[in-house]
Amino acid sequence: MYRYDDFDRQLVHERTEQFREQVKRRLAGDITEEQFRPLRLMNGVYLQLHAYMLRVAVPYGTLRADQLRQLGMIARVYDKGYGHFTTRQNIQYNWPKLDEIPDALLDLAKVEMHAIQTSGNCIRNTTTDQYAGAAADEIEDPRPYCELIRQWSTFHPEFTYLPRKFKIAVTGSPNDRAAVKVHDIGLRMHQNDAGETGFEVIVGGGLGRTPFVGKTIRDFIGKNDLFSYLEAILRVYNRFGRRDNKYKARIKILVHEEGIDKIRELVEEEWSQIKDGSLRVDDAEIAHYIEQFAPPAFETLADDDADFERHKSENRRFANWVRSNVIEHKQPGYAIANVSLKPIGGIPGDATDTQMELVADLSEKYSFGDVRVTHEQNLVLPHVKKADLFALWTALDADNLGTANLGYVTDIISCPGLDYCALATARSIPLSQRISERFSDLDRQHDIGELKIKISGCINACGHHHVGHIGILGLDKRGKEFYQITLGGDASQDASIGKIAGAGFSEAEVVDAIESLVTKYIDIRDGGERFIDTYRRVGMDPFKEVLYGDR
Amino acid sequence: MAIVKNDSLIEQEWITVDAEGDLPSSDENLIVPLERFKEERDSLLGRNGGLGVQLNPGDAPEDLADDLDRLSIITVNFPAYTDGRGYSYGRVLRERMGFTGELRAVGDVLRDQILYMHRCGFDSYDLKVEGEVALNKVRAALKEMSVYYQPTGDGRVTAQSLRERRRAALGQKAS
Repeated sequence: MYRYDDFDRQLVHERTEQFREQVKRRLAGDITEEQFRPLRLMNGVYLQLHAYMLRVAVPYGTLRADQLRQLGMIARVYDKGYGHFTTRQNIQYNWPKLDEIPDALLDLAKVEMHAIQTSGNCIRNTTTDQYAGAAADEIEDPRPYCELIRQWSTFHPEFTYLPRKFKIAVTGSPNDRAAVKVHDIGLRMHQNDAGETGFEVIVGGGLGRTPFVGKTIRDFIGKNDLFSYLEAILRVYNRFGRRDNKYKARIKILVHEEGIDKIRELVEEEWSQIKDGSLRVDDAEIAHYIEQFAPPAFETLADDDADFERHKSENRRFANWVRSNVIEHKQPGYAIANVSLKPIGGIPGDATDTQMELVADLSEKYSFGDVRVTHEQNLVLPHVKKADLFALWTALDADNLGTANLGYVTDIISCPGLDYCALATARSIPLSQRISERFSDLDRQHDIGELKIKISGCINACGHHHVGHIGILGLDKRGKEFYQITLGGDASQDASIGKIAGAGFSEAEVVDAIESLVTKYIDIRDGGERFIDTYRRVGMDPFKEVLYGDR
Repeated sequence: MAIVKNDSLIEQEWITVDAEGDLPSSDENLIVPLERFKEERDSLLGRNGGLGVQLNPGDAPEDLADDLDRLSIITVNFPAYTDGRGYSYGRVLRERMGFTGELRAVGDVLRDQILYMHRCGFDSYDLKVEGEVALNKVRAALKEMSVYYQPTGDGRVTAQSLRERRRAALGQKAS
């Protein structure tokens, strides 16, 4: 894993001190809340419904054990004993006190963490595949490129006051687990005809109130040229992106209004002028970063483990967990273990201080001290020996972290909604809890199979409802919450935006509505079809009928 | 109002005119908006006083390509600090077009953006505060950070190049 050197440390240290001064100026009344706002936002401090919220960056979703342990400590000391992992692989604290935030940032800096650019109209935290460096289907580990993007984008002097926020996602695998097609820029690693590895560059994807699947601006950019190409896109966006209307300011609108061909022309013209400049990264430099993400010291093992098989046959709950939460690893004898933060009836993505400390300890014991955060709001121990899985699960299960539901109907993405968020129009957490409780039976969940429910508490779509197989959008109608259902969304390599099924449902009705959709799917599915496959085969009508009948 | 350039307060020696209306006498130093410059280029270039151009958001610095050596100053207007187009204009003017005259940030120029402006090629700042206060703000802003990841044309050494030098030095020591 990447370790800060003295330059990285110095930068974060200086930033922390800078913010301490800014908070001091604010608390002393030297600057108004209005003047303080952009300064705090650049440091991840939002003002929410009830309190300030601190969003801490987890670059490309990768954490070391000591970092996760520190996140747990921060939850205990500066918050109410928990934190919330987000769809951007970050963590949010909901109850910090403003005068204590500089100390929290100092404690983060001690473990090479910060809250830089987790807000504001700048390039945000780069996200990637949570299984990077472990996945059997990976072409190459995307994290070295993510780290290079992190550095390039941190305090980029030209791109800190963009028309709007800007999100980059990278996948090193053909099976896209990073939702790259719904980001401002998505990078998909692949090989060209000459056998070189590089990236397909996708621009203009996004969710929010105007969702788009991104379009390919360049089928292949070599690794050495990636950064100058990103700079060219950002410069075109910074110069030509709309600034007259906040809701039309994302690059997706520019791409939509001008057309991808026109944007490609502008970007290629810009790139032709900078491609041979100082942003070209040579092979030796890339090799240096690849080395920093070198695989841990895997043992040479047989792929099967007799004890592991025995535990599976003896312990049904363990076998269930393996079935849903354990993924194939590229190294024989190892596995990827997903730690669900979606216990039945729980708050999606929340983890307590002690849970974070436990996962940190377990990662040291079983996964080379490596932990990942997923955009689906779970954690991952990426490198676990199959022989250790039972001991790992037993320890997780003892602290309510052994839920066997990855990818199932209860593995719900949810934004914080009206319980916390100043923008929300409806609550989303209680609804996700009720859906989770309704489908709590594990055999039934397994029978339903992969079904991604995603809930947003407002049109800004932080809960990714547009790309939920079933999406739920909470709205407000004359002071009453109601929920609109979309069907057929998908964030994977087959990305699509869900379609609105029809009129919204009251909070009381919506769980029944979800259940009737699921029942219909079970009734009409073909063989091993997932919900999304069935939807794509039969279309909206059969589902609409169970929701609305003749209505 | 104070203008800070090269660690000093400087006098306002320029008159910025609007897109339309009468021009002051031919001896005055004038800054005209890009649109007006394009329309009245020849007569403007024929005046006795110094000439500068102001870029507003949406303007193309490329329009000045043929005339850069005739301009003593280019001002870039930041009508609100949140409008970051001027940063790109600065880099394009300096790094691509090779403009060597004064590049001044005007408008909503605040302490917390000055370092970014400097990194994008600006060398003077028109602040809405007086004298020493303005000078101190610029000084403080320019020394708040000392590590830079991005290569821009500002001459600051990036972390990357410092790392390379260090690796090379360590390599020499080892061999």
